[in-house]
Amino acid sequence: MRIPILKLHNYLLISIQIDLDDQTAIQFQEDLLNKIHQSGATGVVIDLTSVDIIDSFIAKVLGDVVTMSDLMGAKVVLTGIQPAVAVTLIDLGIHLNEVTTALDLEQGLIKLRQELEE
Amino acid sequence: MSELQIRSEKDIVTSRSQGRKLAAELGFSAVEQARITAAISELARNIYKYAGSGTICIHSEQDIRRIGIFITAKDDGPGIENLQEALQDGYTTGGGLGRGLPGVKRLMDNFDITSSPQEGTCVKVAKYRIVKTTSVFRI
Repeated sequence: MRIPILKLHNYLLISIQIDLDDQTAIQFQEDLLNKIHQSGATGVVIDLTSVDIIDSFIAKVLGDVVTMSDLMGAKVVLTGIQPAVAVTLIDLGIHLNEVTTALDLEQGLIKLRQELEE
Repeated sequence: MSELQIRSEKDIVTSRSQGRKLAAELGFSAVEQARITAAISELARNIYKYAGSGTICIHSEQDIRRIGIFITAKDDGPGIENLQEALQDGYTTGGGLGRGLPGVKRLMDNFDITSSPQEGTCVKVAKYRIVKTTSVFRI
């Protein structure tokens, strides 16, 4: 299973709509970095509206991909984290402090534009 | 009562979706469902990562006061050498975040673990939901 990565101007948009298994998550990490490299995208939005569970492994993969993208010069915003997912992450002791987040895709794009224009 | 074999990464996904399904049927809220699902995911991952294979059993019990979902994760792996440390945040031998076991403990209401090199590791956890009852006493 591959997660589709869409290009919109200078941005890449990803909506994760499946229950992520480890292999798919790792594959996504690799695909996204390659896509950033190919497209020269400066911003990435990963929308998690349809994700109803993030465990410690998936959180690590997501946190890592944000840092990795940052190293390559692309800013990542995570959007649409569900209330139940937020609660679970904090119980697990995962704070994703360094990660930019936004309520939904629209807010995410606004945030991205602000950060990139600064 | 369902017993699931954990042998591959796919089984982690299967076990947590089974757990979510049962938690939803039992009437747990969305947040509690997510907690239960995440706990199962961590336990299944521990089995796969540290023991290679094992089982996850999920069942429910109900009495007048409450409904409980019970998860037992069992493996015949090498056991956990230092249980005290494994239950502390940030401790990992597997290159993970070290959030697994202490996280599961916080996610669930009950947490019980036994581990030895001879018998592997067994983690039992439970989550309860108080059932609103009208008075059970009749005169």
